[in-house]
Amino acid sequence: MTDTATPATGGIGDAPVRKEDAKLVTGQTTWTDNIAFPGMTYMAVLRSPMAHAKINSVDVSAALEQPGVLAAFSGADLADEWAGPLPCAWPVTPDMVHPDHWPIAKDEARYVGDAVAVVVARDRFAAADALEHIAVDYEPLDAVVDMEAAIADGAALVHGDHGTNTTYTWPFSNGDVDEAFNGAHKVVTRRFINQRLIPNAIEPRAVVVAPIAAANEFTMYTATQVPHILRLMLALTTGVPESKLRVIAPDVGGGFGSKLNVYAEELMALVLAKRLGRPIKWTETRSEGYQTTIHGRDQIQDVEAAFDEDGRLRGLRVKLLADMGAYLQLVTPGIPILGALMYPAIYKMDAYDFSCTGVFTNKTPTDAYRGAGRPEATYAIERTMDEAAVELGMDPMDLRRRNWITHEEFPFTTIAGMTYDSGNYEAATDKAMELFDYDGMRAEQQRRREAGDRYQLGIGISTYTEACGIAPSRVLGSLDYGAGGWEHATVRMLPSGKVEVVTGLSPHGQGHETTFSQIVADTLGVPFEDVEILHGDTKVAPQGLDTYGSRSLAVGGIAIYKATQRMLDKLKTAAAHMLEASPDDLEFSGGQFSVQGSPDTAMALGNVVLGVFAAHDLPDGYEPTLSAEFTFDPENFSFPHGTHLCAVEVDTETGMPQITKYVAVDDVGNVINPQIVDGQVHGGLAQGIAQALYEEAVYDDAGNLTTGSIVDYYVPGAPDLPEYTTDRTVTPATSNPLGVKGVGEAGTIASTPAVVNAVLDAVRHLGVTDLDMPCSPERVWRALQEGSASRDQVAAQAQGGQHA
Amino acid sequence: MIPAAFDYTRVGSVDEAVQALGQHGEDAKVLAGGHSLIPLLRLRLAFPSVLVDVGRVDEMRGVRDDGDHLVIGAATTHDEVMHDDLVRQHCPVISDVVSQVGDPQVRHRGTFGGGIAHGDPAGDLPALALALDATFVIAGSGGRRDVAASDFFVDYLQTVLGAEDVLVEIKVPKLGSDWGHNYQKFNRVAQAWAIVGSLALVRRSDGSIDEARIGLTHMGSVPLRASATEQALAGASTDVIADACDQAAEGTSPPEDLNARADYRQHLARVLTRRAVEHALGG
Ligand SMILES: Cc1cc2nc3c(=O)[nH]c(=O)nc-3n(C[C@H](O)[C@H](O)[C@H](O)COP(=O)(O)OP(=O)(O)OC[C@H]3O[C@@H](n4cnc5c(N)ncnc54)[C@H](O)[C@@H]3O)c2cc1C
Repeated sequence: MTDTATPATGGIGDAPVRKEDAKLVTGQTTWTDNIAFPGMTYMAVLRSPMAHAKINSVDVSAALEQPGVLAAFSGADLADEWAGPLPCAWPVTPDMVHPDHWPIAKDEARYVGDAVAVVVARDRFAAADALEHIAVDYEPLDAVVDMEAAIADGAALVHGDHGTNTTYTWPFSNGDVDEAFNGAHKVVTRRFINQRLIPNAIEPRAVVVAPIAAANEFTMYTATQVPHILRLMLALTTGVPESKLRVIAPDVGGGFGSKLNVYAEELMALVLAKRLGRPIKWTETRSEGYQTTIHGRDQIQDVEAAFDEDGRLRGLRVKLLADMGAYLQLVTPGIPILGALMYPAIYKMDAYDFSCTGVFTNKTPTDAYRGAGRPEATYAIERTMDEAAVELGMDPMDLRRRNWITHEEFPFTTIAGMTYDSGNYEAATDKAMELFDYDGMRAEQQRRREAGDRYQLGIGISTYTEACGIAPSRVLGSLDYGAGGWEHATVRMLPSGKVEVVTGLSPHGQGHETTFSQIVADTLGVPFEDVEILHGDTKVAPQGLDTYGSRSLAVGGIAIYKATQRMLDKLKTAAAHMLEASPDDLEFSGGQFSVQGSPDTAMALGNVVLGVFAAHDLPDGYEPTLSAEFTFDPENFSFPHGTHLCAVEVDTETGMPQITKYVAVDDVGNVINPQIVDGQVHGGLAQGIAQALYEEAVYDDAGNLTTGSIVDYYVPGAPDLPEYTTDRTVTPATSNPLGVKGVGEAGTIASTPAVVNAVLDAVRHLGVTDLDMPCSPERVWRALQEGSASRDQVAAQAQGGQHA
Repeated sequence: MIPAAFDYTRVGSVDEAVQALGQHGEDAKVLAGGHSLIPLLRLRLAFPSVLVDVGRVDEMRGVRDDGDHLVIGAATTHDEVMHDDLVRQHCPVISDVVSQVGDPQVRHRGTFGGGIAHGDPAGDLPALALALDATFVIAGSGGRRDVAASDFFVDYLQTVLGAEDVLVEIKVPKLGSDWGHNYQKFNRVAQAWAIVGSLALVRRSDGSIDEARIGLTHMGSVPLRASATEQALAGASTDVIADACDQAAEGTSPPEDLNARADYRQHLARVLTRRAVEHALGG
């Protein structure tokens, strides 16, 4: 980038204090729930206590009698308000079963938490109390909770009129799979359960709608990742013209995909604000959110991998069942498809066969949760590599080396048809193994095994890659996604020399204001503090496709970089005129334009800006506004990769696993802000480890969410998580001019298999061959009991043989 | 997660509290730190119409020296108990166990007496009080009475406290320096309740064990003592620890939940009790 102009802190590669932090740590944030308007009213939603029931009648009359209650409606009462059902933007196959999903159930409730009626009152307490006065006559229907039961003959149907619980089947195949398996020396067959998870953004969902009734105009404040997508969808579902809707994502406290959606409550709040002509607020409680905010994962993965005798991977077969829940939310069906092309991961093979069947069950809908499809794929392939190493009698790292794409082979088109632009798996792995002291740890493991130590040591590996920077609009189109993936930016110079940057991204904790300020400051040679990033308001930033899929830097950041370059070009033309030189002879550095060869003929950027603002003397035809735009649509995803190594100690008496060492060497290309990248990796690791050891959304047979509150659903906190050793290798992406890759999801994608591989490695010699996630102490203990029972049996048989 | 409406009254003395409870009967509830009661209200699992806040009753706060005993005011917060000099000097086991209750926020609001009065067998304090043979001073319409810990816990979330009773203070014996202690709290995340806990108080002399008192957390509908293990350890040499602790789950019928089925809880009780006894002996 530029040289002397780079501010001491705040340029590319620096780690200035995040711009966001001061207001966050002093509580001067504007969360949606903090927003107040005169005459505010409050919405509360009555939810089905049954997983599946016919709604015979809903009587709201007693609720209307309650003090402070302004309105109460059933689903039937509001049926005419909707211009369309809740949207699903990803019809993955032409014949996908796509039942209507209304914001409030009209005649049937299909999961515990499905909205059945809604109340508006003068305060949130009156609204909550009024719910107890709504009488609903439910007629229980059979619920189907388990995916395999749902696709069995004679299963109860979630959507009776569609005649099936199968949503779709999505196939992919490349290469001669039969040949790969028939000629194999060894076929490794495994089933993995990728359990259902509940995203836990620290800020619950909340929405406020402020109407200007006379003008039929509405402003919605909502805790969302996607104000732009939401505005369009609100228009399509409520009939309010898009041009009359302003959507603002104020300070948003985390999302992890759970706020990448269009939710029933957002539609209800808009429609009720319109009907009542009053501002309206709804904030979910944590346990309400557990039932109604989308869940993640929930797949059954059947994997077969065929190997030659020397460990060469010949082919891979993957069959998935993916739980959709009761309805299709915004991108529900596409989540497993985001993973479909990543099962081959970093490995070369002759053939790959994949199919995914989406399944309806009477549970909360699933959708994107940090990594969305790719953590599932990575878990399956990285667990399979460790299992194959055992069956082949090889070191699990040697088996990976035997099969991975070497750094000389990039760009490399995988068997799944993805073209990885760059990577260096050897470098990341070498660094990780050194930091981890791999050989030393293996020796320690051996020592403990021989000593029969109460605390056995296991080592787990994950050499992951992922595809992110959700964009290439063409690729998204080829996967039948309903929109593109470009991103837009505007850069404006203010007369005082300050810079305003408008982005269509919608940050919710990532530190975009800091990272993007660094890019702009570095490019224009202005102080980091002089750059202001505007976002999250469709009136301020009318064009954009929001934040998810680790796309912000690799797509939106590049749009900003390119728009800034355009701004520089525009300034250069004016500067050349002012310096009476040809633009080709101008140099820009240190925030100054100067004429090549005569450094004294120079002009500071701020003076050029002022000159353009005054517009007294500009080249003919030069438009005197300093605004530059760019819309970026990359041609490829970015492919971060890395090697994670995890050591777990298992207390063989209690089954308790504990991570004692965790090394993550990630290659996310060039780094704009190392501290923010480390933060993303740390948080990602926490959520991946959480899946491996702690979290699971459990339903009982009747479809009740047993882990219904944060007391029962184990979100680990800082005291539960290990110290991380993080480091990087840098192999720039070639698909964008900054050479950056996404980092938001990498830690989550990588870590889960590393941890589970380590737990199994610690106890495999004790007869444990399989463990489901989360590897709770009770699960590990039971596996150890069964393991020792089967070892005793083997020993007894061996003895019996001697006697015979 | 929004409670039904209720009235609130703050009282300044134990007598006022008893009076207020007498006035409202079954509809009233004592409010101390609110860290168990408020969640119940928010889940709409309890519907008292009046909360009687005892949080600022001076005579229910603080720790005092009473000869052979310490007297802990029921409304003393966990954090105050944990850092109290008398407690640390004469009964450090209390400080140790209380330091494992929840997290700092919970310990700054929740009270020692509340943790006992709530009668939750998964709480850490009931087993502690039981193992200490604590005595509870209860004020009611008929005056004050002493109840032994062994008589206090009736069933899950049920104690001998009646609707008009206030737990005023808790008397615990001072333990001499010949007592060792250890609490093994087994849980999956740091701020969670115990899946199982085992508290060992052991008095040793000359290489043998004089007396052992073992309290079990979350092994039944009430806190329990591991009596068989206590008997096997009394007057025995340290060689018998493993065998004695194998009896720690005798007579228990522990609850089942997502973290543990009954047989696993019983297994944990045995392992944790052995570890607690070994650590209490300085092992
Ligand atoms: C997140 C969280 C984690 C926790 N983790 C743990 C843990 O690990 N271990 C643990 O032991 N506890 C834990 N607790 C509970 C905590 O210790 C509570 O403080 C305690 O159980 C109740 O004390 P309180 O003062 O808050 O009582 P309150 O909630 O005010 O009252 C609880 C019950 O006791 C009654 N009561 C209270 N005081 C009196 C009195 N003086 N006389 C008569 N009745 C009375 C009330 O009427 C009510 O029925 C946790 C709580 C939370 C919120």
